Amino acid sequence: MYKIVCKKELNPSVTYMEIEAPFVARKAKAGQFIIFRIDEKGERVPLTIAGYDREKGTVSIIFQKVGLSTEMLGQMNEGDYIQDFVGPLGKPTEVEGIKRVCVVGGGVGCAIAYPSAKAFKEAGAEVDVIVGFRNKDIVILEDEFRAASDNLYLMTDDGSYGEAGFVTVKLQQLLESGRQYDEVLAIGPIPMMKFVSKTTEPFGVKTVVSLNPIMVDGTGMCGGCRVTVGGEVKFACVDGPDFDGHQVDYAELMNRNGVYREREAETKQSHICRMDKLGKELIK
Amino acid sequence: MANMTLTKTPMPEQDPNVRNHNFKEVALGYTPEMAMEEAKRCLNCKKPKCVEGCPVNIRIPEFISKVAEGDFQAAYEIITDTNALPALSGRVCPQESQCESKCVRGVKGEPVAIGRLERFVADWYRENVNTMPEKPESNGIQVAVVGSGPAGLTCAAQLAKKGYEVSIFEALHTAGGVLVYGIPEFRLPKAIVANEVKKLEAQGVKVMTDMVIGKVLSIDELFEMGFKAIFVGSGAGLPMFMHIPGEALKGVYSANEYLTRVNLMKAYEEPSDTPIIVSKSVAIVGGGNVAMDAARCAKRLGAENVYVVYRRGEAEMPARLEEQHHAKEEGIIFMTLTNPTEILGGEDGRVNGMKCIKMELGEPDASGRRRPIPVEGSEFVLDVDTVIMSLGTSPNPLIRSTTPGLETNKKGCLVVNEEHMTTRDQVYAGGDAVTGAATVILAMGAGKEAAAAIDKALQNK
Repeated sequence: MYKIVCKKELNPSVTYMEIEAPFVARKAKAGQFIIFRIDEKGERVPLTIAGYDREKGTVSIIFQKVGLSTEMLGQMNEGDYIQDFVGPLGKPTEVEGIKRVCVVGGGVGCAIAYPSAKAFKEAGAEVDVIVGFRNKDIVILEDEFRAASDNLYLMTDDGSYGEAGFVTVKLQQLLESGRQYDEVLAIGPIPMMKFVSKTTEPFGVKTVVSLNPIMVDGTGMCGGCRVTVGGEVKFACVDGPDFDGHQVDYAELMNRNGVYREREAETKQSHICRMDKLGKELIK
Repeated sequence: MANMTLTKTPMPEQDPNVRNHNFKEVALGYTPEMAMEEAKRCLNCKKPKCVEGCPVNIRIPEFISKVAEGDFQAAYEIITDTNALPALSGRVCPQESQCESKCVRGVKGEPVAIGRLERFVADWYRENVNTMPEKPESNGIQVAVVGSGPAGLTCAAQLAKKGYEVSIFEALHTAGGVLVYGIPEFRLPKAIVANEVKKLEAQGVKVMTDMVIGKVLSIDELFEMGFKAIFVGSGAGLPMFMHIPGEALKGVYSANEYLTRVNLMKAYEEPSDTPIIVSKSVAIVGGGNVAMDAARCAKRLGAENVYVVYRRGEAEMPARLEEQHHAKEEGIIFMTLTNPTEILGGEDGRVNGMKCIKMELGEPDASGRRRPIPVEGSEFVLDVDTVIMSLGTSPNPLIRSTTPGLETNKKGCLVVNEEHMTTRDQVYAGGDAVTGAATVILAMGAGKEAAAAIDKALQNK
């Protein structure tokens, strides 16, 4: 069992938690992920590591309450325990040898972009960060990004905060203005990663994306997370989750990620019942 | 007086058309009377060939004669002297190609039902006695076991018995490896596996789940933590695909994923949070035991049509005859000499068919089996909405890629010597991580032999 030692609501649908998991904390690196399971009936859910404290033995996660398991996790509080917390899984983001990097984060993907930006900064790189949100109300980690970057460009779709427009608009401007990058790292919704890759392609800038396919075990055993990269089948859990953004088959990934969407809608009712039950148990 | 009946005493089973709608165990096991009657078929040969056919050399005639006398406790003690996990091997061993294939009664008629008797004894003990073993006096030497499948559990049991302080590191959230994620409940109830793990814990074995060795800790870090020897039984690994068009469609699973969702994550039970596609027509590609398991799970989950699509003939199928037989009884349709060439999908990105081609058998290939050759112009489309690829696995890279000096062969399997030691001193290995996908009992045999080698090496230090 793994204890929740800290919980903060970052915006109405995004939650930050620190979990006591000393073994994971010892090894965790930016770009890697964990798999959690709420309880004995729970599914195994992968989440990218948002941070870690090796001395305290904690690992932080940031998640959007979108499905049953993240909703249930969001209902839990400091002092509660979750059943399983496995990691660190996957390969860390490669920061060695990168001198100038642009980290692009979209929405809750910023949670994952942040530790990578920090890792680049700590490795001595010059770091530009472009983060995008739908509107002012859901902006997260602004101060953290400011500390982890040389230039922070904050974008909102509706212009209610920072500059108006998508992250790709800003990226295009920067590249056109002659800004040179050894690498662009994009983390966020699949369409955003796809369009960031499209934006950088004409400029010939190496682009890395962090993929989030459906997974079960996270150790290479099930193959559920297979993605096609450059025409080859790769398992995101052991070969990734970072891949060459110019080579990823995004349409296939989008399709595969929707495999249980209809089922999720159908069974929502029973999920709500379970959440109520869990909520009552927690209140006790 | 020996029972000279030519056939085995039948073991009661759930009716095929009942069991293909539930996940309860198919075979119901012998009653004490049935077991004693079957035991009397054993001739107690002076030179028992059956023992040679057993990878863990159970003293078969000896335990069977105790069964015949009705002394099941004594029978259990004889079995467990050489086999730590009889409730498992009694269920999943391919006895027909091992002990029973050597039985003299098999020359004329059916061999003695050694597997059924082993299973009976183990079940009788669990249901009637089930005393937890005591923790032997510790010798203070720590040994790490990576993986809690059949190889790891057996190795841990043998070492614990000798007083070693054993810690098992399991990557998943439940101990048991393939016994819990792969083999379905209806062939091996998970409560039986859990009971075996509980017995190990009673002997002082620490079982640490959620520990992915190669990620959270490396082999070298385990040594730094004070472990004097390490046994790697990390299992088979990454599922293979055919690399034909359409394998990324929604509705294409590896058998590993399908079985893991069903067995480990209990997708067949109502309150499970883990989803699985509810299929109408399913094709399982492959002809091994895993394919049979996947097919039978699909049927139980409610699929009307379940096809096993295999490129060679039925005679070449690697699955146990018993599994094939059970599958057919449950309504699984075998399409042999058939190979998929493309998986077809609709606009919704879901599978809506599988293009196949008929095959014929040519000259024997490297495996000694006749090579399947496509029959030109014989393509057809099989109407399915789910495809499960059961083509075997390639070894998992997590340990070999993080352990300097650990050699693997061309296929990526760990290289070991006759003592089951890898190319790293005091790192031993066994089971599918060494052999590639094989049987539970071979893994148990390797775990047992490795434990003996570890003991010998550590005692000589």
